Amino acid sequence: MNLFSSRSGRYGPYGGAYIPEVLHSCIAELTAAFYAAKDDPAFWAEYVTLMARYSCRPTPITPLDNISRHLGGARLLAKREDLNHTGSHKLNNVMGQGLLALRMGKKRVIAETGAGQHGVATATMAARFGLRCKIYMGEEDVQRQRPNVFWMERLGAEVEPVRLGSRTLKDAINECLRDWSHSMDDTHYVLGTVCGPHPFPEMVSYFQSIVGQEARTQLLELEGGLPQRVYACVGGGSNAMGIFQGFLDDPVELVGVEAGGKGLKSGRHASRIASGEGSVGVAGYRSYFLQDADGQMVDTHSVAAGLDYVGVSPILAYLADSGRVRFTAAEDGEVIEALKLTMRLEGLIPALESAHAFAAAYREARQLKSGERVLISMSGRGDKDIFTVAEALGDASWLEYLKRKAGG
Amino acid sequence: MVETLEQSLRRALASKPLLLMAHLVAGYPSFDDNLHMLEAMREGGVDLVEVQFPFSEPVADGPVFARANQTALERGTRVSACFDLMARARNILPGPLLMMGYCNTVFHMGEGRFLEKLAAVGAAGFILADLPPELGADLYGRAQALGMSGVLILTPNTTLERKREVARQARGLIYCAARKGVTGLKTDFGGSVEDFLRDVGAVSPLPRALGFGVRAPADVAFLRGKAEMAVVGTAALETYERGGARALADFYRRLQEGVLTGGREA
Ligand SMILES: Cc1ncc(COP(=O)(O)O)c(C=O)c1O
Repeated sequence: MNLFSSRSGRYGPYGGAYIPEVLHSCIAELTAAFYAAKDDPAFWAEYVTLMARYSCRPTPITPLDNISRHLGGARLLAKREDLNHTGSHKLNNVMGQGLLALRMGKKRVIAETGAGQHGVATATMAARFGLRCKIYMGEEDVQRQRPNVFWMERLGAEVEPVRLGSRTLKDAINECLRDWSHSMDDTHYVLGTVCGPHPFPEMVSYFQSIVGQEARTQLLELEGGLPQRVYACVGGGSNAMGIFQGFLDDPVELVGVEAGGKGLKSGRHASRIASGEGSVGVAGYRSYFLQDADGQMVDTHSVAAGLDYVGVSPILAYLADSGRVRFTAAEDGEVIEALKLTMRLEGLIPALESAHAFAAAYREARQLKSGERVLISMSGRGDKDIFTVAEALGDASWLEYLKRKAGG
Repeated sequence: MVETLEQSLRRALASKPLLLMAHLVAGYPSFDDNLHMLEAMREGGVDLVEVQFPFSEPVADGPVFARANQTALERGTRVSACFDLMARARNILPGPLLMMGYCNTVFHMGEGRFLEKLAAVGAAGFILADLPPELGADLYGRAQALGMSGVLILTPNTTLERKREVARQARGLIYCAARKGVTGLKTDFGGSVEDFLRDVGAVSPLPRALGFGVRAPADVAFLRGKAEMAVVGTAALETYERGGARALADFYRRLQEGVLTGGREA
């Protein structure tokens, strides 16, 4: 399956570039630069080398032997994107776009961030490549992810809290587009996921495809066979697109796991597809969105800031409609349980976002025969979530510590 | 058949060198305020009005309008009420009325229903800030069949080829954004705006409405003879918020003086 052969930015009825005219020229410039790079074999080689030397690629695959035994059923394995430099798959996309920004002669980068992971990755890339950097972050996320704000600022980025709208990821994206619409001459917008106007969904998929390529080769080598299923959490969809691309043409079931929040019936979730509550709309691109009767985007909720997003990749919308990707959701509570289990039995700390994929895989593992393989995208590591997780676990001594620090 | 947007504008331009186009965000600060604003526009001699339907993701709008969009929605503004406002505006102002907004509002209610309602309230056309001509061909075509104009936007930072392509599909008027960036920021009125307007004139015979950063009589005076319309948005809203309807009517009147003196200074 080649999703990108047409280079049109269209995936069935989804995708496109619904942008103000002022952005037309910079989107055109970016599109041309991206395809020129994609057509240049030296570019991909440069990217792979960079990721090997600067990050931790290829990231390993870790069999989750203890949990597999504990649950009984499938053989679970994790693709370890948490071992990337800066702690998540976000760096793959960011370093790729950084190389492209250098090719285009840009001097400044801007980015939105939800969980802060994409912001930290972008600030890191900017420091390494000598680019000025500004990160837009919803005010609510600034509160939730304070440690990442600290790191972005130490890395030399300016962090601007966004006070418009729901003060989360979508509003930070809007603010980036506003910045870009006057700064485009010297600025590249490093969009963090497989959403937004064309060419972003295709471009981010391209850089993230390194995950799926590696995973497929590694599984054949280490396990002598493909997995039956692959699970990935879906915010915008970049870690999912990354790992899924390795298996699109194989008889492998691909499962996207959305944020079920307080429950799909609660109205407090970020499940655009699995809930059945999303409908087709346009906000920069055509896809499924959570919107009200007038087409206004609604507030979403997830314990994981990186999944708390109102839209979803147009490519995944297309793959969901065609049945190639199955969508499900994991609720906040079961995500925390999955996280606890993974820490205790495997000594691994997935990010709250990634823990959604673990939760769904654990829930369904018994459906599979023993020995059948399940690959989980461990998109990031969870240390950034220490405040949220400690609160969810009701860790009394941590609370005590915070009080002491605040008092001191 | 009622006259088209272009025909109305040409008729108005026969007796006035530069038309004044006003803007309001429906439901902001409130629908009652909108009616007072419309009265002030009539008193101040405004020639046409764009009524912005608030949207939750107003990416083309700067801080003042983005917040106005958000506040209007927080106060419960519904799309149906925006159409009702247009119907009432029709009875207050003699000039053409345009719907302005973002394309999800249209797609969500359906193109057919949107155009039907727009025609029913007597609108002359619409401006969708995030619908490029190549993605809206169907909507723009259907609008034309109903005698309404899908207004397109041109910006200075595109190639002549792109300007030509957009102009080919434009109807009614060409909305010229004076500079890069979003609404509400400062614009330097000078040679580059003049060059841009000349470029637009070269690719399209349609009347040119220049917007983004028009704040003062001097800006309007500058535009006389270079564009056919001046669009006043953010500065008018700020004036209303400071001084109410009377201040707003005075503000438009002072701009009209700019239209007149513009000829003398040139
Ligand atoms: C670790 C991690 N996983 C997943 C996501 C969700 O993004 P995406 O769906 O693009 O992979 C985020 C977003 O911030 C993240 O930080």
